[in-house]
Amino acid sequence: MDNTTLAELTGNIATIGYGLATLGPGIGIGLLVAKTQESVARQPEVAGQLRVNMFIGMALVEALGLIGLVAGLIF
Amino acid sequence: MAASGGDGGLPVPSLSEFFPPAIAFEGTLFEFNRITLVRWVSVIVLCTFFWLVARRATLVPGRAQSIAEIGLDFVRVNIAEEVLGKHRARPYVPLLTVMFFAILAMNITGVVPGLNIASTSVVTVPLLLAITAFVAFIWAGIKNHGVVGYVRTTLFPSGVPWPLYVILTPIEIISTFILRPATLTIRLMANMLAGHLLLVTFFGLTNYLFVEASGALKVVGVLTFGAAFAFTVFEIFIAALQAYIFTLLTAVYISLSQEAH
Repeated sequence: MDNTTLAELTGNIATIGYGLATLGPGIGIGLLVAKTQESVARQPEVAGQLRVNMFIGMALVEALGLIGLVAGLIF
Repeated sequence: MAASGGDGGLPVPSLSEFFPPAIAFEGTLFEFNRITLVRWVSVIVLCTFFWLVARRATLVPGRAQSIAEIGLDFVRVNIAEEVLGKHRARPYVPLLTVMFFAILAMNITGVVPGLNIASTSVVTVPLLLAITAFVAFIWAGIKNHGVVGYVRTTLFPSGVPWPLYVILTPIEIISTFILRPATLTIRLMANMLAGHLLLVTFFGLTNYLFVEASGALKVVGVLTFGAAFAFTVFEIFIAALQAYIFTLLTAVYISLSQEAH
């Protein structure tokens, strides 16, 4: 560390990038599951259909987080 | 699971885990390494299991036959018929069944002691499966609407004022023909890759803490071992879930291109 540098951080910026990439999908999956639970509580007879739809939505939301992970490894 | 930390340092897993040295045919197209071997093992085990079950299928199923029947029934009823409907599902049940069991068998190798790597954690297998799904849903659309009809219903959805097609058509092209197979590939691969790295980290850390660390730090090793165990169980769940999601999404895509409006 020379005289003009006050603080120094080492490491890979991609780590922070992945942290950011999980924020959106995290909120998304939270909303998805919460709303599905709410709907199942209101109408237990359609639970099967709701679960299928939840997994489809979850797969789409989750893809964003995973793209973040892969991008961190590639770049 | 080779967590190569080096000389007593903290073990840090790296991507080289997924590119092990070749066993045979090095440098050719048919290069054979540890992961390829694991793939062959899972395929042989899967085929042998179903062959043995099918060879002695009885009206009153035994233990192994019950397991196979529960699995087959799950794919047919809970995936194919749930999404596609009873009649339209029929031609696609074989494809979806093969897909589900192939992915499940190749995912589960990630937690089998001795194999310890999911054969789907390298891009080739997920890519091949995604291309299969891609061909399947385009074929389903063409079969139901004809080539021109499929392109029209997919890229030019009706009930939209025509100037909007300038924006809508490129979006549809990207989302249907590029993003669908790409996300199928990445979802499966990245899930397995992340799971493997997690397990390597925790088991490597446990090993390091028990062997290298001094005094009170050894106690932390118990914690990391507990975490490693929990994540192993979690990985079994993820392996099944990813097989389910991949098959389900393929069924959904087939259904979407069949009833494109």
